Amino acid sequence: MATSKVEGSSSLRHAFGGVLSVFILLLIGVVAFSIRLFSVIKYESVIHEFDPYFNYRVTQFLSKNGIYDFWNWFDDRTWYPLGRVIGGTVYPGLTLTAGTMWKLANSLNIPLSVETVCVFTAPIFSAFAAWATYLLTKEVKGPGAGITAAAILAMVPSYISRSVAGSYDNEAVAIFALIFTFYLYIKTLNTGSLFYATLNSFAYFYMVCSWGGYTFIINLIPMHVLLCIVTGRYSSRLYIAYAPLVVLGTLLAALVPVVGFNAVMTSEHFGSFLVFIIIHVVALVYYIKGILTPRLFKVATTLVLTVGIAVCAVVVAILVALVASSPTKGWSGRSLSLLDPTYASKYIPIIASVSEHQPPTWPSYFMDINVLAFLVPAGIVACFLPLSDASSFAVLYLVTSVYFSGVMVRLMLVLAPAACIMSGIALSEAFGVLTRSMKFHITKYFECSHTEAPAKLGESTSTESSAPLENMTKSDTTEKPEVARKEKVARRKQKKEKELTENAHVKPVSAKKEKRPLVLPLEASIVSVFLLIVLGGLYVLHCVWAAAEAYSAPSIVLTSHSHDGLHVFDDFREAYAWLRHNTEVDDKVASWWDYGYQTTAMANRTVIVDNNTWNNTHIATVGTAMSSPEKAAWEIFNSLDVKYVLVVFGGLVGYPSDDINKFLWMVRIGGGVFPHIKEADYLKDGQYRVDAQATHTMLNCLMYKLSYYRFVETDGKGFDRVRRYEIGKKHFKLTHFEEVFTTHHWMVRIYKLKPQKNRIRGKSRKSKLGSKSTSSKSGGMTHKNPWN
Amino acid sequence: MTTKATRPNKKPIYFPVPPVSFVSSLFPSAINKIKRQNEIESDLISVQLLHQNKIREQIRCAIEMAKSTNDAQLLIQSLRKAYAATPTNLKIIDLYVVYAVATALIQVGYMAIVGSFPFNSFLSGVLSCVGTAVLAVCLRIQVNKDNKEFKDLPPERAFADFILCNLVLHLVIMNFLG
Repeated sequence: MATSKVEGSSSLRHAFGGVLSVFILLLIGVVAFSIRLFSVIKYESVIHEFDPYFNYRVTQFLSKNGIYDFWNWFDDRTWYPLGRVIGGTVYPGLTLTAGTMWKLANSLNIPLSVETVCVFTAPIFSAFAAWATYLLTKEVKGPGAGITAAAILAMVPSYISRSVAGSYDNEAVAIFALIFTFYLYIKTLNTGSLFYATLNSFAYFYMVCSWGGYTFIINLIPMHVLLCIVTGRYSSRLYIAYAPLVVLGTLLAALVPVVGFNAVMTSEHFGSFLVFIIIHVVALVYYIKGILTPRLFKVATTLVLTVGIAVCAVVVAILVALVASSPTKGWSGRSLSLLDPTYASKYIPIIASVSEHQPPTWPSYFMDINVLAFLVPAGIVACFLPLSDASSFAVLYLVTSVYFSGVMVRLMLVLAPAACIMSGIALSEAFGVLTRSMKFHITKYFECSHTEAPAKLGESTSTESSAPLENMTKSDTTEKPEVARKEKVARRKQKKEKELTENAHVKPVSAKKEKRPLVLPLEASIVSVFLLIVLGGLYVLHCVWAAAEAYSAPSIVLTSHSHDGLHVFDDFREAYAWLRHNTEVDDKVASWWDYGYQTTAMANRTVIVDNNTWNNTHIATVGTAMSSPEKAAWEIFNSLDVKYVLVVFGGLVGYPSDDINKFLWMVRIGGGVFPHIKEADYLKDGQYRVDAQATHTMLNCLMYKLSYYRFVETDGKGFDRVRRYEIGKKHFKLTHFEEVFTTHHWMVRIYKLKPQKNRIRGKSRKSKLGSKSTSSKSGGMTHKNPWN
Repeated sequence: MTTKATRPNKKPIYFPVPPVSFVSSLFPSAINKIKRQNEIESDLISVQLLHQNKIREQIRCAIEMAKSTNDAQLLIQSLRKAYAATPTNLKIIDLYVVYAVATALIQVGYMAIVGSFPFNSFLSGVLSCVGTAVLAVCLRIQVNKDNKEFKDLPPERAFADFILCNLVLHLVIMNFLG
């Protein structure tokens, strides 16, 4: 009677728990979506940064022209005169997703514009990512840990920074694809079902479509398989989880044009093939071990080892020779710079110069993952009790992502889901232990007053268990203490049958002896639960603050608070609008590569270099032009058919990310290809300065002149608010360029190349009559090659 | 291991040496000659013993090799016997796997002869063979009655999964074939 009542109430509790967890997950999705809307509320629904503008332009093209034109699109408005094959060099996942959502909405007669869909793609997919985290952590540890991890991921600042509304970049969908792929892998590992293995391959395909970081998955999963084999956890489920993924995954990855044959030829994928061979060898060994006697198996191993090692050595030698014969040993530059962080600064200044590729500082860890930074070690410990395949995968994922996040600040984003999973596990285990202790003590208190039959105890436990319910944040942990409670009731019944004379006071003690290691004192549990809730509250507070203040700025619009209210700097859009309305459609605009995407998307003009940075020599050409004196720069730009030059200058308002601050990178990159540009020429005593002590080369280079032309007219002294001193050369005229537009706060300045002179005056005419040899002076109608 | 047996034989050789040493101080040359003779004798005997040991070792090696070849034969026989005991449906799956791998090897050989120009065709051909072999191995794992992890899985479900995955694989292959 008592057991059936307990069972009935427990199944009701199960149902109640299920409904409650669905509601909680819905709320988590809503939180994830709304915490990313601060930028839309504070500024406007606009696309942020630089890279998202390119994605937005591609999505516009896709929505206008359809998918076949998109696959075959050759873009001639960038990288003039080279152009760019968009279909083959872009990761199509994000644009195809947003295009599909736009098409779906419009087919349902919901008239959303492409821009709205693009702006809100990231928050929607972050809600999906939170649900995927719930599924993944449920597979690793249990539903309670799943809900905690999902709640933490919905708000973690590191993920918010790259998926805020308006940040229409690859990571917005890629993180969801990453977590979902891992979930399906773990699900296949736990169930051994081939159906989930197929789904896993599809999720991996979606990940390959979305982001270049898919190489993380195709190297992490083989590492985990190897770890399982080495620690003796090989099982047939491991084979089913891994082998179909490699074959189907490689095929699907080769289907994406931007990856193509790299899926089988680059070193980033070789790890998966190696482990594919290893797992087949191990599977064969286990199979033979199963059908032979132990003695014969030993004989077989000695036979095979002697032959096998010889063959292996030969094969490995061939492979190593093949890979070592290529100069970068088969790895791409970006991957090499991940493994050897000093590689980029030595060999490829472009990769070293990207601000997102710098290593993170210590405070950024606490800013980006806050409380999780010290919950993660607790989670690692919780994963080891007990250790399963899934929890070993979670630990491996965390350790590798911590290493990579230390190399590049951009990869803190990959650390965020791992940290959330670990912290979710830690918090859920802690809550489980604490609430169990509290319930135990409370029922013990009630037991001491009721010394009757255990049936009544069963009732009292079921009624008393409902009391601590409001102390718990999730109802699924009631299952664990409930099971423990039922075990104790059963055990107590057995003891009552054995010793009838024993009173109820002694029984909880004996039962407590069996459970003693897992129960804490009551006061400690209550205080700990309260403190954990306060910790959670502090975390939420920090996340909301970070989302509102730190990560919601669309860098295209800047604001500052002054004594007379909010001041908005909209200079970038002002400049692009001017370009759009006051220049010819075919005019070429030269600027540093940071602004290429925005210029093509908003000003709709052809640019020379943009953020894709695939051609180092072309960027070095522009960098050399910016570092040369006016005449040489004019010649370089003229050879590229450039009409307008755009520079960003922050000296009047104190905007620190302007071109003068980025100028040394231009010198370094230019100097890497054209040796006549030497960095030392621009530094005085090793210091970079533009005041009166600056070098002659610095004061005469094009960047200086274009930034500070007529700057002295603003305040009479030429005080640069970013560098905080007066500039060196104040009064000068431009001979080869003319200023056509400067924005309201002098942040963007546009210059036009002056056409060549029709008449040659003075000295140059005499020398031209004398010899027709190459001279570096511009004049006459001949086009001279500026490179010799 | 084998030198231990020779130790007791060596001792009697050195017995005449101590009495001779008293006299060697009086008549050095003659005693030296006797000493040298003794040494030569001892050398000869030790060489003989070494030779005997070598022969013994060789015989032992031959026995071991014979044992190992015998073992190898025994091994192959027991493998064959154990494999013959597997049920027929598993043997059919194994045959299918062997066929798929053989086709893949033939394709690789053909590529080595003819060159790899439409590389996507070569890749899709080889990967389709390897892929279907892998899926068949997964099916074998799931259908095998000795496998305790999958005893709740009905073999029809395993076969349906196998068909589904093969469908997906071949869809991708046809897309990639070019």
